[in-house]
Amino acid sequence: MKYIDEFRDGELAQAIGAAIRREVNPERQYNLMEFCGGHTHAIARYGLPDLLPGNVRMIHGPGCPVCVLPIGRIDNAIEITSRPNVILCSFGDTLRVPASGQMSLLKAKARGADIRMVYSSLDAVTVAQQNPDKEVVFFGIGFETTTPTTAVAVKKAEALGLRNFSVFCNHVLTPAALDAILSAEDEDASLVHGVVGPAHVSTIIGSKPYEAFTARYRKPLVIAGFEPLDVLQSVRMLIRQLNEGRAEVENEYTRTVTSEGNRKAQAMVEDMFELRPSFEWRGLGEVPWSALQLRERYRQFDAEARFTIEKRAVADAKACECGAILRGRKEPKDCKIFGTVCTPENPVGACMVSSEGACAAYYTYGRFTIPIVEASK
Amino acid sequence: MSRIKPGYTRRLDFKHGRVEMSHGSGGRAMAQLIDELFLPAFDNEQLRQMNDQAAFNVPAGRMVMATDSHVVSPLFFAGGDIGCLSVHGTINDVAMAGATPLYLAAGFILEEGFPLADLRRIVESMAAAAREAGVPVVTGDTKVVEQGKGDGVFITTTGVGIVPPGVNISGDRARPGDKVLVSGTLGDHGIAIMSQREGLGFSTSIASDTASLHRLVADMVAAVPDIHCLRDPTRGGLATTLNEFARQSQVGIDIDERALPVRQEVKAACEMLGLDPLYVANEGKLVAICSAEDAPRLLEAMRSHPLGRDAAIVGEVREDANCFVQMRTSFGGRRNVDWLSGEQLPRIC
Repeated sequence: MKYIDEFRDGELAQAIGAAIRREVNPERQYNLMEFCGGHTHAIARYGLPDLLPGNVRMIHGPGCPVCVLPIGRIDNAIEITSRPNVILCSFGDTLRVPASGQMSLLKAKARGADIRMVYSSLDAVTVAQQNPDKEVVFFGIGFETTTPTTAVAVKKAEALGLRNFSVFCNHVLTPAALDAILSAEDEDASLVHGVVGPAHVSTIIGSKPYEAFTARYRKPLVIAGFEPLDVLQSVRMLIRQLNEGRAEVENEYTRTVTSEGNRKAQAMVEDMFELRPSFEWRGLGEVPWSALQLRERYRQFDAEARFTIEKRAVADAKACECGAILRGRKEPKDCKIFGTVCTPENPVGACMVSSEGACAAYYTYGRFTIPIVEASK
Repeated sequence: MSRIKPGYTRRLDFKHGRVEMSHGSGGRAMAQLIDELFLPAFDNEQLRQMNDQAAFNVPAGRMVMATDSHVVSPLFFAGGDIGCLSVHGTINDVAMAGATPLYLAAGFILEEGFPLADLRRIVESMAAAAREAGVPVVTGDTKVVEQGKGDGVFITTTGVGIVPPGVNISGDRARPGDKVLVSGTLGDHGIAIMSQREGLGFSTSIASDTASLHRLVADMVAAVPDIHCLRDPTRGGLATTLNEFARQSQVGIDIDERALPVRQEVKAACEMLGLDPLYVANEGKLVAICSAEDAPRLLEAMRSHPLGRDAAIVGEVREDANCFVQMRTSFGGRRNVDWLSGEQLPRIC
């Protein structure tokens, strides 16, 4: 496949791997956090750790919107589907996220809720057009990458004069999460030395917003694409910065990311959304100014206004180490319930939910390196 | 057909007519459906006897029997439909024991209101597939469920076949050192279906690979009688079949990503949808495991058959107490190829 195979070239990977092994300082440790689930997936799927020296450790960040969605919000969504005449449209991998009482949207669907998997926010608008006597709710989820697509759907619904379309908005912000992780870092021993920065998110927001972080926390950040060579090359760039004592924003993903980002998308999001004072993240807890809601002018398209949704705070499972794993303090294999109680079939915590989650990626692709522990009865 | 009784005042309307509850109630309407649709389509000696069962003589030896229910949506897709699929699926299940399939039985569950025109298309496609394969449908059954309680048509087929002497193919016979072969490109059926599902509307030139594999299997067994394992990687794709073999045989399996035959279009569709071709369904492909010594001969036999043109040796069996399937990625790393968790759902970003 053109423009894809070039970034999965095995020989080139070996060469970059060799260069990294030459360049690392064997005296020190390099802990690098890849922010996005897309990076985690590439690392696990292509077996990247095999190509890295032992003192380079990848820490899997919170950048999977499905994983960080708190239990309470899924409960809310399930509750919405129980109202009469509601069709809930959702992206595929949100359907499996565990909610309270062993429920999930998939299980709610099995019990009769009208829940439909869509590939695009615009498909949800089409469903609303085709079902004028139903209330169609789109489960809006994602980082800055998918927010503009939700905005486009609302705009289209408005243009079509649809009165039966609304969005259950769960759009969250990358910089806020990064700040939550790095600011907590300062309190104890510095675990994260450098960050592999978001790929698709950065095509929207540009590389500029990260400059505040590199200045404030004195840690390098390299924006990288989701192909394995992108990740490998960004690791090399981070190692160079660390070796040279630099802490800058660098852009490996120059084929799509610019300094300013996508201005049109930014303007659209700015017009439609405003910051929530606080939003709960699975694994990270409440993070101030970390999510979006529809502005007053678009309230008629806001499912939370239309259905009066009660805020539900549901605690994560006690034994689950997701919070520590998302912050890089622990690895999936350090968690007592990893692979025993918590599996992709029955995910307990955020990191096992989506295939992009750190635990799911470990479980699916990397389990052979992890000793299997029998579940305690 | 001469069998049609003059008692019918009007022939079935295959243009505008629809399935009614009476078509499954055992009365005159059902007899008419059988007379005007099923009998002429499947026409064979056993069916013509109009008994509730088919009687036939079988040669001495080991028999195999397999059954498969088909609930595919959409019913018609590029490269086939539920009718031919239901014939191919069961013939292949029988053939994967190295057997020669002999006869099929078919059970239909029809939803009230289903267009008779579509039913005729499906039945005729089934009959054509059975004729082409040389495996007649010798008995059957039809039920009708109320509207909303089915999805148009469900078809269950059962097949019987005979295993040639000296052939012993089973999922628990993979041994360390054995080679793993596939008969052709992976994921064609699954992507063809998915591209036509409501709400996924993307266009592709990929057609389902649905086909009867028993003749390919016959050629393979003739070339290498001691094939250890054979299976068609349908739902769950190659990854699932290999994990089944690994667990049944208590071995590990290594595959090489670079050796896997996958069409560019399938790769591209999977890339777009966030799917992995290793887990996408096939309906006209098989996976074989045999000794390293037999592998070149088996590969040659496969490649000499039109349905095995793109066959390749893709991996090797090794010792592994964990029974893991692992893949050497084209990137140079190694990863686990695990059992699928739930349904394969597309990722959002």
